[in-house]
Amino acid sequence: MSKTLTIEGRDRRRALALAAPALLWTLVFFALPFGVMAVLSLWQRTDQGLEAAWTLANYAKFASSPAYLQAALNSLEITVVVTVLSVALAYPLAWIIAVELPAKYRRLALALAVVPFWTSYVVRSYAWSLVLAKRGVLNGWLGDLGLPLMDLANSRAATVIGFTHFFTMLLTLTIYASLVQLPPNLRRAAADLGAGPVQIFRFIVWPLALPGVMVGAFLTFALCIGDYVTPQILGGGNDLALPQLVMLQIGRRADLPMAAALSIVLMAAVTLAYIAMARWMKEPSK
Amino acid sequence: MMRFAACATYMALLYGFIFLPVGVLALFSFQDGRFPIPPFQGFSLRWHAEVLGDADLIAALLNSLMVAFASSAMAVTLGFLAARAVATGRLPRAKAISAALTAPLSVSYLVIGLGLLASFNLMGQSLSLATVAVGHIVINTPLCFAICAAAIGPAQQSAERAARDLGASELRVMWLVTAPMILPALLAAFLLSVTFSWDEFIIAFLLSRFDVTLPVEIWSLLRSGLNPKTNAVGSLVFMLSAIAVLGVELATMRRK
Repeated sequence: MSKTLTIEGRDRRRALALAAPALLWTLVFFALPFGVMAVLSLWQRTDQGLEAAWTLANYAKFASSPAYLQAALNSLEITVVVTVLSVALAYPLAWIIAVELPAKYRRLALALAVVPFWTSYVVRSYAWSLVLAKRGVLNGWLGDLGLPLMDLANSRAATVIGFTHFFTMLLTLTIYASLVQLPPNLRRAAADLGAGPVQIFRFIVWPLALPGVMVGAFLTFALCIGDYVTPQILGGGNDLALPQLVMLQIGRRADLPMAAALSIVLMAAVTLAYIAMARWMKEPSK
Repeated sequence: MMRFAACATYMALLYGFIFLPVGVLALFSFQDGRFPIPPFQGFSLRWHAEVLGDADLIAALLNSLMVAFASSAMAVTLGFLAARAVATGRLPRAKAISAALTAPLSVSYLVIGLGLLASFNLMGQSLSLATVAVGHIVINTPLCFAICAAAIGPAQQSAERAARDLGASELRVMWLVTAPMILPALLAAFLLSVTFSWDEFIIAFLLSRFDVTLPVEIWSLLRSGLNPKTNAVGSLVFMLSAIAVLGVELATMRRK
């Protein structure tokens, strides 16, 4: 008895030793910095440097400043619009690849759908600014067709287009993954029982694939609301998103405590979205 | 037939949308003129030549490769060891530990980078490529851990047990049994983290000072506005990734 106990104890110590490096790394370079940020968000920046003020003043400033609230609202609006648009565009494409296309072409179709991933993230936003520029490709085409030109550069529309492009690719992959797992027999059985295509989609495919779609949508939400690059390159300087505001604090104003407070607001938004998704997934009716 | 036409039209439209920016980017990298906007004035390789002759960009590219490979090697090692620890079934509080290890996945890169920046500031640690690598290990270890943990199944565990019964030390079990058995997963984890690190901007931007990675160098190039040189950088990165992807694809095809 005592021998098995010591062997068990030894095995435990060994397992802990294996997990220790990764745990230590996560603790020192993820958990601790996070704590530092939380603490810093309660400090104040003064002319002499940082002061350990222990006050919620930064959060109060966020809640009372129209400019800051507007940035949070901008971020939220952009993110919701992008998430809905991307799901709406990606779903049919994923459906076509997973169901309508002969199996031998699926791999190719998926690979083609993510080709722009191969260039750099920063460059992808820049590429859209080329397309949408005042004298860019899009207006060139519109001019050729005799249609009115659009001034999309440096606008919220440009940000939304850039984001939607990226997340449509991402969601095509994730939605494809959940659609291709559905056994085709279910659709056949429903058809045999007299369901039309609309009913099959409404009552079989949609509910069964929904959890996968929701996870993809949450991923889109989290990545989109936290991104600085796309709104900075495509959106211009007027209609700021929250991450741009965070970067402004550490750049021009060197106000690390305010940046920390805004980041925590950002994280809170993502956490709320996550909780909403997790609760929704747990609901028995779904 | 109607159905086929509808599908084909939708695919054509969506692929058009997906390819549009990359196509425009590549086309105007060959622009024989000062602006990457219509009309296309003819084919020239001068912008590509200018990129390849730009010492800062080449240095940044090498920095990026270095950070990507070093941080991914470390992330895979940490992730693999932790995944083995969980797979032994002997790890106390394995669920909580797994959750802790994957927690960074749910936090935006901006927040992770900012936290590290603040901590390095307070510690008086100066910024360098090493601090960028630290950040990239933070974001990639959870990924490597998850991929390795998913790959270690009952087959691996019983082979490990057999090796242990035959007297192999823990290190030998890991090196001669587990690692070869899940080699494809290890490779996938490594390549995925190389990709993420290679393309990562915000952490590299916040945590580097004098030596920078390629995305950060490209970022500073963007300040010059629309410029065919930026197109050329983008196209060259694109080609580099295409070659890498095809190489991996060919390598895995040979294995089959």
